[in-house]
Amino acid sequence: MNKDFPPYLHEAYRATVLRAPRRPLIQVPKTLSEVTGPGPTVSAAASPDTDLTRNGGAGGEAVGERIIVTGRVIDDDGNPVPDTLLEIWQANAAGRYRHRRDQHHAPLDPNFLGFGTCLTDENGLYRFTTVRPGAYPWENHPNAWRPAHIHFSLLGPAWTSRLVTQMYFPGDPLQELDPIFNSVPTDAARERLIARYAHDVTQPAWALGFRFDIVLRGSEATPFESAEPSRAAKR
Amino acid sequence: MKGRDLTPPQTVGPFFHGLLREGLNMLVAPKTLGDRIRIEGHVYDGNRTPVSDAMIEIWQANARGHYSHPADQRVASLDPAFAGFGRTGTDEAGHYWFETIRPGRVPFGKSGDQAPHLNVAVSARGLLHHLFTRLYFDDEAAANARDPVLRGIPEDRRSTMVAKKIIADGKTVYRLDIVLQGQDETVFFDL
Repeated sequence: MNKDFPPYLHEAYRATVLRAPRRPLIQVPKTLSEVTGPGPTVSAAASPDTDLTRNGGAGGEAVGERIIVTGRVIDDDGNPVPDTLLEIWQANAAGRYRHRRDQHHAPLDPNFLGFGTCLTDENGLYRFTTVRPGAYPWENHPNAWRPAHIHFSLLGPAWTSRLVTQMYFPGDPLQELDPIFNSVPTDAARERLIARYAHDVTQPAWALGFRFDIVLRGSEATPFESAEPSRAAKR
Repeated sequence: MKGRDLTPPQTVGPFFHGLLREGLNMLVAPKTLGDRIRIEGHVYDGNRTPVSDAMIEIWQANARGHYSHPADQRVASLDPAFAGFGRTGTDEAGHYWFETIRPGRVPFGKSGDQAPHLNVAVSARGLLHHLFTRLYFDDEAAANARDPVLRGIPEDRRSTMVAKKIIADGKTVYRLDIVLQGQDETVFFDL
């Protein structure tokens, strides 16, 4: 387990208490099953839907502060990850998801679905247009509020590249109070979850720009071929 | 040691329904090669309460043991009617299911094969990072005993990854519950 990754058990985030495994994870050999993965095939079949301000299905434009979120997807060797699918989802500008379990007393926006997809180009670049999501309350502890965030899901080049994460916004005072954000154990790693304001991305009289780069585990070239896997358990 | 620091994971949360497009748990098409099977089970937390907001993903080889991926270069054994990826959410009872085919044996090194298996990833609210495990088949006892991954798991825990075959309405069904925590906790991998 990477030292910059959150532990499974992080008691301040209450839902981890009954869901985090208590037995150590077990190291297993990396075989063809792990160095392959669904990313290339699923990405090749995907049809991008990158403008969340206009994909709500009601024909109009979503309410909120219009933003552009762009960045590069690279692997841990620094190589771009081209032609790979990103899926994002988020609350609307009022902090409400279009989901039956979200009962937050904030308006739904008929023009905002809150879900989009994009394929990276040959340089690993992606770009979404959306609205800035609102903060919203949740039941983790008294007066708990999630900082504004956008969820990202990537399959990447290999089964071991799978990443589900959240992108946060710079200067949000709710971050230091949020047990999910603070489950990431180091300042440096938490910083990697915060987009940067990017004036060069901002379009005059149209939308503010944010840059968020993503580093995935690459596909290791050859599978592990020893017949005796390690049984060592880390963490 | 690789050069770039990885983006840390965060929980999928409760609102990931946009990821669950219809049909993603039906991996088979009419022309797909292989024996049709259904995979099903429940996801439970440490109190043995059903987890009703988990996302289960599977990745598997086709009936000939071939993955639809550029790193698997045995082109002759590709099945154009099978991609091998499935995704679903659990329902209120914590139940999940996939309609797929029985995977073939995937090679391991120069020496042999792996037992037929599905690669499984579990994401949920309360899981800050997804969990990896595998699903094996209980009617493959001889192959399971030689499998390089299963052999690395303490013997008393291997059964948490082995699905049990039943026949229901004439269909072949394999059942495997995923237990996130506690007694009979599923084996999860440090990959």
